Amino acid sequence: MNLVEIAHLTKSYRRGGQVVPVLMDLSLEIPQGDFLGLMGPSGSGKSTLLNLIAGIDKPDSGTLLVGGEDITKLGEADLADWRASNVGFIFQFYNLMPVLSAFENVELPLLLTSLTKRDRRERVETALELVGLADRMEHYPNELSGGQQQRVAIARAFITDPAIIVADEPTGDLDRKSAEEILGLMRRLNSELGKTIVMVTHDPHAVGSAKHVTHLEKGELVRSQT
Amino acid sequence: MRLLPNVPVSYVFRNIWTRKLTTALTAGGMALVVFVFAAVLMLDAGLKKTAVSTGSAENAILLRQSAQTEIQSGVSRDQASLIETLPGVARGNGGEPQVTKETVVLTAQNKRGTTKPANLVVRGMPQLGLAIRPQVKIVDGRLFKPGSSEIVVGLGVVNAFDGVAIGQSLRFAGREWTIVGHFDAKKSGYDSEVWGDVEQMMQAFRRTAYSSVIAHLEDAGRFETFKAAIAADQRLALDVKQEPAFYEEQTKALSGFLFWLGLALSIIFSVGAMIGAMITMYASVANRTREIGTLRALGFRRRSILVAFLLESMLLALLGGLVGLFFASFLQVFTITTMNFTAFSQLAFGFDLTARIVLNTLIFAAVMGFVGGFLPSVQASRLEIVDSLRAA
Ligand SMILES: Nc1ncnc2c1ncn2[C@@H]1O[C@H](COP(=O)(O)OP(=O)(O)OP(=O)(O)O)[C@@H](O)[C@H]1O
Ligand SMILES: [Mg+2]
Repeated sequence: MNLVEIAHLTKSYRRGGQVVPVLMDLSLEIPQGDFLGLMGPSGSGKSTLLNLIAGIDKPDSGTLLVGGEDITKLGEADLADWRASNVGFIFQFYNLMPVLSAFENVELPLLLTSLTKRDRRERVETALELVGLADRMEHYPNELSGGQQQRVAIARAFITDPAIIVADEPTGDLDRKSAEEILGLMRRLNSELGKTIVMVTHDPHAVGSAKHVTHLEKGELVRSQT
Repeated sequence: MRLLPNVPVSYVFRNIWTRKLTTALTAGGMALVVFVFAAVLMLDAGLKKTAVSTGSAENAILLRQSAQTEIQSGVSRDQASLIETLPGVARGNGGEPQVTKETVVLTAQNKRGTTKPANLVVRGMPQLGLAIRPQVKIVDGRLFKPGSSEIVVGLGVVNAFDGVAIGQSLRFAGREWTIVGHFDAKKSGYDSEVWGDVEQMMQAFRRTAYSSVIAHLEDAGRFETFKAAIAADQRLALDVKQEPAFYEEQTKALSGFLFWLGLALSIIFSVGAMIGAMITMYASVANRTREIGTLRALGFRRRSILVAFLLESMLLALLGGLVGLFFASFLQVFTITTMNFTAFSQLAFGFDLTARIVLNTLIFAAVMGFVGGFLPSVQASRLEIVDSLRAA
């Protein structure tokens, strides 16, 4: 079964008076439970595609089904609610809230659910234990290493039990060892929790963790490999 | 139930707390405006308090029709005698009516430390005049003797003028008046007056009519009866008011002046403070563009971002408001002596911080925060997610 079904997707940006086409008539299917690596040269549209799948950007045309729902048809507020319950985000620079502790950062997406305070606490603690930061819950991002911050971000990404997790160069800012820890965690999310993951990366080492790899060049898929 | 999934308040609070210097500067600007705003309201409240406490509701003051003040008024001896016979007037143990016939004259005396004369209210009264004003107490010396050139002066006068110690004398109406006592009128308008025997004063000032007559009523509830009796008698072309209402009217012009002055100052200052808040909030939005994008990606709606930033701005302003109020509360130790241009006399009053003023001031601060933070908050909520995530 496919979790994501993309058909004839086009996306262009306007820069100055000029229209810059980024994705042209792109079609792609991502099966449920996949760990897809998205590679390609800089400017090829990897992040753009990922953002469209995650519902934080809108295509010009085409359909984009996630879990059977065409998210291109959703309005602003509905799309926000859809993201809250269906998408987990992992960013290159972690994007944690500096004024919130690790615990609070992970709890953030749960504030959009109807969970009680006690349920939230339980889940956050479990998630932070899973990423190996049970002893760092009260620490603030600036008290954590890059790798630790990214682990907090991973906990935040799966805390709501989303259908899909998107990661844009999640190891791009990390050293070899931290990167390996992060990739290990992502493999576990995929294999143990069955999360579908789409990961954009430049790193040939990182892409080794993916089950499938797709290459994007100048807005078009050039080849896929398993 | 949650009406709107909102960004946690702790996030808002800590962002204010983290930027200590900017917060201090912005809140400081707000505090300054709030200080001015509260000070003017406190002054107005102090003025009202003084005015109202000058009188007692059991006392009815009678002036010539349409006279605004006792100075402008005249009540003839015949009219004054008639008033003593009216219903509602309280009587003493011997059956004597509790009515005091008074004369009020302005005289100029030098204020302490200046050679510029200031007006001083001189009031002639029978000894009963002190009895029907229970808030007034002789605190030093004694009351003037009837039929003598003795006077007593209020503590407001004692504080503001030279040569008013007991044993010293004041010169006015061509006579020397010996000071035999000081009285405390509990910061009411009487504190700024000089009192002496009414008949002596009328002689000295060559008056044939009283300025005002004050009838002490059996109780405040008898006022309407008393008033009706005056209206029914053709010979009594007099205006009658209960004292608190009368004294509050006396300060209306000054109070109105304070109100408009305060409003003008507050508006001018608040524009500055709001621009300050706006600059701070624009900077805050710019610095946290990527955080905003992240929050939106996580599923927080535009509206939540708007509310979070508005809240931040309003809390910042409220913080300033509390600081401003804190400093304004110290103003209560000061007393202002000024010219009351309705009565042409000195008036001493303080700053009075009431619960209502605290509330109004905090609302004022919150409104400044709202207005100053509005445009930056709207900008924050309008950001496109992908653009804000690309921000450094
Ligand atoms: N918001 C935007 N406004 C204008 N142009 C944009 C915007 N986002 C992306 N682009 C342009 O679209 C093209 C694809 O950008 P995208 O970020 O998807 O590339 P990428 O494959 O992720 O590159 P990289 O590997 O450098 O991250 C680039 O030419 C970029 O300049
Ligand atoms: Mg990219």
